[in-house]
Amino acid sequence: MNLVKLTIDDKPVVVEKGTTLLEAAKSIGIKIPSLCYMKMDDMNFENKPGGCRVCVVEVEGRRNLAPACKTECTEGMEVHTHTVRVVNARRTVVELILSDHPAECLTCAKSGECELQDLAQNLGIREIHYTGEQSHYKGDQSPAIIREMDKCIMCRRCETACNEVQTVGVLSAVNRGFESVVAPAFEMDLDHSVCTYCGQCVAVCPTGALTERDYTWKVIEALVDPTKTVVVQTAPAVRAALGESFGMEAGTLVTGKMVSALRKLGFDYVFETDFAADLTIMEEGTELLDRLNRHLNGDKEVKLPILTSCCPGWVKFFEHQFPEMMDVPSTAKSPQQMFGSIAKSYFAKKMNKKREDLVVVSVMPCLAKKYECTREEFSVNGDPDVNVSISTRELAQLIRNANLDFAALPDDDFDQPLGESTGAGVIFGTTGGVIEAAVRTAYELHTGKHLERVDFKELRGMEGSRKATVDFDGLKLNIGIAHGLGNARKLLEEVKSGKSEFHAIEIMACPGGCIGGGGQPYHHGNVDVLKKRQRAIYEEDKGKPIRKSHENPFIQELYKEFLGKPMSDLSHELLHTHYFNRKKKAEIE
Amino acid sequence: MAKVKIPENKVQELKDLCAKFNNEPGELINVLHGAQGMFGYLPAEIQEIVAEEMNVSVAHVYGVVTFYSFFSMLPKGKHPISICMGTACYVRGAEKVLDEFKRHLDVKVGETTPDGKFSLSCLRCVGACGLAPVVTIGERVYGRVSPEDVKGILGEY
Repeated sequence: MNLVKLTIDDKPVVVEKGTTLLEAAKSIGIKIPSLCYMKMDDMNFENKPGGCRVCVVEVEGRRNLAPACKTECTEGMEVHTHTVRVVNARRTVVELILSDHPAECLTCAKSGECELQDLAQNLGIREIHYTGEQSHYKGDQSPAIIREMDKCIMCRRCETACNEVQTVGVLSAVNRGFESVVAPAFEMDLDHSVCTYCGQCVAVCPTGALTERDYTWKVIEALVDPTKTVVVQTAPAVRAALGESFGMEAGTLVTGKMVSALRKLGFDYVFETDFAADLTIMEEGTELLDRLNRHLNGDKEVKLPILTSCCPGWVKFFEHQFPEMMDVPSTAKSPQQMFGSIAKSYFAKKMNKKREDLVVVSVMPCLAKKYECTREEFSVNGDPDVNVSISTRELAQLIRNANLDFAALPDDDFDQPLGESTGAGVIFGTTGGVIEAAVRTAYELHTGKHLERVDFKELRGMEGSRKATVDFDGLKLNIGIAHGLGNARKLLEEVKSGKSEFHAIEIMACPGGCIGGGGQPYHHGNVDVLKKRQRAIYEEDKGKPIRKSHENPFIQELYKEFLGKPMSDLSHELLHTHYFNRKKKAEIE
Repeated sequence: MAKVKIPENKVQELKDLCAKFNNEPGELINVLHGAQGMFGYLPAEIQEIVAEEMNVSVAHVYGVVTFYSFFSMLPKGKHPISICMGTACYVRGAEKVLDEFKRHLDVKVGETTPDGKFSLSCLRCVGACGLAPVVTIGERVYGRVSPEDVKGILGEY
């Protein structure tokens, strides 16, 4: 290893050659302010265009100030991070950015979470000395994501997320100079583009330029409507992150407080998407075994590997990018949609309600779910199975609106029957969780034996794509796992070329899985936040009395009373779906 | 944006062009340069084909096309006129030359005359600053152009 020695603010530091000044300073506890820069190890995310110039520092012997994010350490360097010259330059840079930024902080959706706002506060900027033209660009409201490009500072993080990490390729800087803007091809709106609505651009945007479409008001309207019965479902990853919005440490489990809050907000029934996750395992697991058995019996037509289909971002991704492989993923709907379907059929009947009188709200770590519930195939006579999907952040907003002291709320339990879940349902929230849940059930169904060890540690982790072999009593099952659509693409290319050795592959669009979803509280580039959320998910699983989906008594009851058995005709009608070739649709008219 | 239907043989020509550069994403600018030479401009459909062939996103291609003023998404005239607005040309009166072209042709910058004969655009430095102000029409370069020369130059076409 090649080491170099230098001083930063008179503190000596030894780093590997090639380390940037910003990283070197960080390693000795000196935080150089930055704006466009963002780096997340394990996520293949590195954005350092060196464009904003906020991180400039003074290097002795150099005439110009150096951007710390792009300047590599060299032997004997003497660096100063907060001389008067540096601070003045930084203030000038931020003032110039602010001079072309709408001063709408009081009403901006990002207020309080905005990195530009924080920077301006930290630098004590009270006046903008530069007046000039303000750039204006048309707004774009998709079902999931809002683009307000007047607030864009051209940091390019969204491009890195969309192109490098997710390989979706919707966003690019277009035009030049004052006219430049980050936009889809031909400056079309997002809903005409190949956008998957994964929301990773929103997750990394430092300002209010990219935010989620806020549906909190629709929820409030439903809650105050006396003719409606309002049912809420919460996804597993929400409980592991919601606390962060109320100042709690990342990875604090707030399941009980969340249920309490939802009840106080006025929801008639507080249910879990985890229940539908268990149901997904029944259907998807059965489909896996069915395909596997046909394959073992010599059926050449059967498609293997089977790919999971729980993630709407991933579904839209393959519909656009791999339409020729639409028969490879499982036909099982996502847990959100399975829940909606069952709530408006089985549960409505049980409660003696018409489906139109039921409003199903979902709380999701996800922005793609907002889009998913608007898909036409997920509605009956114009009535959607899931009426409104809000993000973890929006739920936090609703809780604040209602003046609830979240930290002080008592723990409460979900309602029955759609609020009972197993540990298998809970781990759907993290990468590796869906396939682990599937293995727990498929093993017992396939071998007829009792599974003693339910923790499949070989399936867990944070690496972008992983593989493991699970022994099904002599049958070696090869399993692939990918999170982040860029990693998914690689596995998919393998499948396409016929080189894939896998029997089953789990794919989640967001890095980390749903815990890193586009609708979660902002992580501001800190990967540890995701790791802590992941630990919380496994902790909740561990504490559950039942940890296999097929042992969920309410799932058993649902099949007994209503569905019959997995993949029955009724199951097919309510719990399975089909996919669309969207390759052409992305083209402009 | 109207959708343009380009004939099948032209599509193949475009694909061959991409192949000539080994479909290498780093050669995008060269491919677009060639494509504009082939079609006169770069409508959306051509950008989509190039993106598909070069294995880059359409957004990226569009980003490059809109960044460089050389590329155009609107059909150029039979004789595309470019006035250099680089520093040297500018200080030696390029703007007055441009005004004269606008007046004679009755079009704005970026537009094409109704008969499709001329189109007018500006560019930044053709690397012939000693000849400032410089005007190019098609492949021809005119140096030390004064507003009085404009009428005569147009008369050549």
